[in-house]
Amino acid sequence: MASTVADAIKEHDDHHGPAKGIKRWLFTTNHKDIGTLYLIFSLVMFFIGGAMALVIRTELMQPGLQFVHPEFFNSMTTMHALIMVFGAVMPAFVGLANWMIPMMIGAPDMALPRMNNWSFWILPVAFGILLSTLFMPGGAPAGGWTMYPPLILQTGDAFPFLIFSVHLMGLSSIMGAINIIVTILNMRAPKMSLLQMPIFVWMWLITAYLLIAVMPVLAGAVTMLLTDQFFGTSFFQAAGGGDPVMFQHIFWFFGHPEVYIMILPAFGVISEIIPTFARKPLFGHDSMVYAGSSIAFLSFIVWAHHMFTVGMPLSGQLFFMFATMLIAVPTGVKVFNWVGTMWKGSMTFETPMLFSLAFVFLFTIGGFSGLMLAITAADIQYHDTYFVVAHFHYVLVPGSIFALMAGAYYWLPKWTGYMYNETAGKWHFWTSTIFVNLTFFPMHFVGLAGMPRRIPDYSTQFADFNMMASIGAIGFGLSQLIFVYVLLTAKKGEKATDVVWDNPVGLEWTVPSPAPYHTFDTPPGEDVIRSHSHSSH
Amino acid sequence: MDRGRRVINTMIRKSFLGLALLVFAGVARADWALNMPRGVTELSAETYDLHMLIFWVCVGIGVVVFGVMIYSLIMHRQSKGAKAADFSHSTTAEVVWTAIPCVILLLMAIPAAETMIKLEDSRDPDMSIVITGYQWKWHYRYQNEDVGFYSNLAEESVKARRLDSGIDPFTVDNYLLDVDEPMVVPVGAKVRLLITANDVLHSWWVPELAIKKDAIPGIINETWFRAEQVGTYRGKCTELCGKDHGYMPVVVEVVEPDAYQAWLDTRTGAEQRYANNESTATPEATLAAGE
Repeated sequence: MASTVADAIKEHDDHHGPAKGIKRWLFTTNHKDIGTLYLIFSLVMFFIGGAMALVIRTELMQPGLQFVHPEFFNSMTTMHALIMVFGAVMPAFVGLANWMIPMMIGAPDMALPRMNNWSFWILPVAFGILLSTLFMPGGAPAGGWTMYPPLILQTGDAFPFLIFSVHLMGLSSIMGAINIIVTILNMRAPKMSLLQMPIFVWMWLITAYLLIAVMPVLAGAVTMLLTDQFFGTSFFQAAGGGDPVMFQHIFWFFGHPEVYIMILPAFGVISEIIPTFARKPLFGHDSMVYAGSSIAFLSFIVWAHHMFTVGMPLSGQLFFMFATMLIAVPTGVKVFNWVGTMWKGSMTFETPMLFSLAFVFLFTIGGFSGLMLAITAADIQYHDTYFVVAHFHYVLVPGSIFALMAGAYYWLPKWTGYMYNETAGKWHFWTSTIFVNLTFFPMHFVGLAGMPRRIPDYSTQFADFNMMASIGAIGFGLSQLIFVYVLLTAKKGEKATDVVWDNPVGLEWTVPSPAPYHTFDTPPGEDVIRSHSHSSH
Repeated sequence: MDRGRRVINTMIRKSFLGLALLVFAGVARADWALNMPRGVTELSAETYDLHMLIFWVCVGIGVVVFGVMIYSLIMHRQSKGAKAADFSHSTTAEVVWTAIPCVILLLMAIPAAETMIKLEDSRDPDMSIVITGYQWKWHYRYQNEDVGFYSNLAEESVKARRLDSGIDPFTVDNYLLDVDEPMVVPVGAKVRLLITANDVLHSWWVPELAIKKDAIPGIINETWFRAEQVGTYRGKCTELCGKDHGYMPVVVEVVEPDAYQAWLDTRTGAEQRYANNESTATPEATLAAGE
């Protein structure tokens, strides 16, 4: 069955191949091309943001100022965060969504292909504008990625460009999210029920709703900053009767769902990979869906735990503490389900599995520090220190980024038609894992010991751990070059089979490797869908 | 060269220490360089205990979850000839591992809430100080006293902190943690702090007092502490406030009531005299001249 579909696809492919040259990429409406564009763009941003991280870590290697001025240091922390969040992690997951969601639900393409092209091509413009601020009078934005007023209003010429680029990123995200929702709900193979969908698709469906809910909130917040600066309003200016804290509430109402936007698709990737290499169905497929939905719901009612020091009423602090602690329950369910999937499996440890296992270990450590941060009284001590920096880097780097790496290795043979270099992949994994811990683990200690975040220089008792973190960061940065090597040699390996791995579950494995330009012109039948779902439905 | 070697040596030593802390954090003393300080107020000690409690809860959960996972990684691998089972759910297991975390969290929430309630109770203070954040210094005004002054980064640190200053920060006492004029309070007194800012956001933090409160233009935040030990306690601004955010430390001197009264007498009116231009010298210089 699968091979006849594949043959038909190949034949069809001959008639409608991609356009040639640069036009293919500029005007493409093909979900696979756009997925590739997103992934390459995010990798470029990952290296640009990473270079900024290395400027930060180089300056922090020793106490005293050695390399950069404090203003530039603040620009680096601000730009590093904006680029990694909006330029690297989010577009990378959208890239995976573009590539994989249509193939996973048996759809021929995304529902809105022209809008898909636009969603992507807005991003290079947005980040071109953002990066150009580095060369403007007054320097790049230096008020933190959270853009808290009044400080952010002290930005120089870069200010309106910052706001405009954030608007564009939001526009891109909203369009991408609409496209994903419409695709999943309307283009799904007619015989596939919602609960039969893979967890990656489910997590992206939830994420897309989060994006639509909160990106306009961010747009509103930064627009109010804009009018405060240029049109005489006082939304956030105390002198005009405004309230600087209101910005923080609005920002984090966007910002907390935003952190789940960056982790839910990662949960999805991991939930696809672990069953494959444990050779066992995903444990608790349906409870994964419910847990993901609960996390999404809770993400809307915990925002003020980022603000325990602003002076909220006691009742508010207690509410946000309890709500935040609750998140540990569905998140725990997910971790337990992954462990349950491994339990009594028959595991092998190819690169995607290694990254996934490191994800489960290290994301959980980030989860533990998150639980600690939920305890308001303790949070007052942790807040705005390196303990927080350690926490969110643990959930974002060995969390989101490792999941992205795992996904890239997992699906690369399906994309290229060749097996990647497994030895290089393992080197990439081990060096990344060792250095990521060397970088971020010591940050827990300096944070607890009293080192605030976002400072270019620190008192001498923090010197040793900072040295360790800096060495780790340089090592982690260099390790990523191995990944580039893997990508550059991706077509030099053995030909991949259509299923690539040992009997993996998912419709993407029923099409040939490399996946033809057009897949699923006719939707897969009920039997194929049933045999390629972890769900018992 | 020598210093490089020393740095590397201490690095190695500290990394072992760090690993040790992972296992023995409970017995590790409240070391300023490794863990949260226990502090010198009732609430800072309670905060520390909460921190250690939740830490141990996490360690406990971690041991169980990672233990099961590591066991599985060792035993259930293909290279050991493990055959994959094909179960995909277990309602009992799922109910258990949803219920147990709920119970743990519930138990954790009780002491956490109790501490919060105490932390917010700033009634009946013995004295009040208005703290105002500026880019990039603190101003302290003692309510009901004619005392007020700015507190800047100490001169020695100012010199050493410049780009390529040529001064090794290790040779500066309390690098970036010293001010020209500390805030002085009597031991055992309930001190209410009224914290605000005059330009951008700042945040006033002293770890040993377990106080971190944002200084916000247009808003006066209230908090309190009662220091139980004489000593010098150092902290930092913890809300990004511009280029010199890293250079506005907080120093609180907790002294005996007599010493506090003596300090108060020398400071009374100094700022007013300075403001009235009665002296061209700074309040500090005026003080030094014995006026």
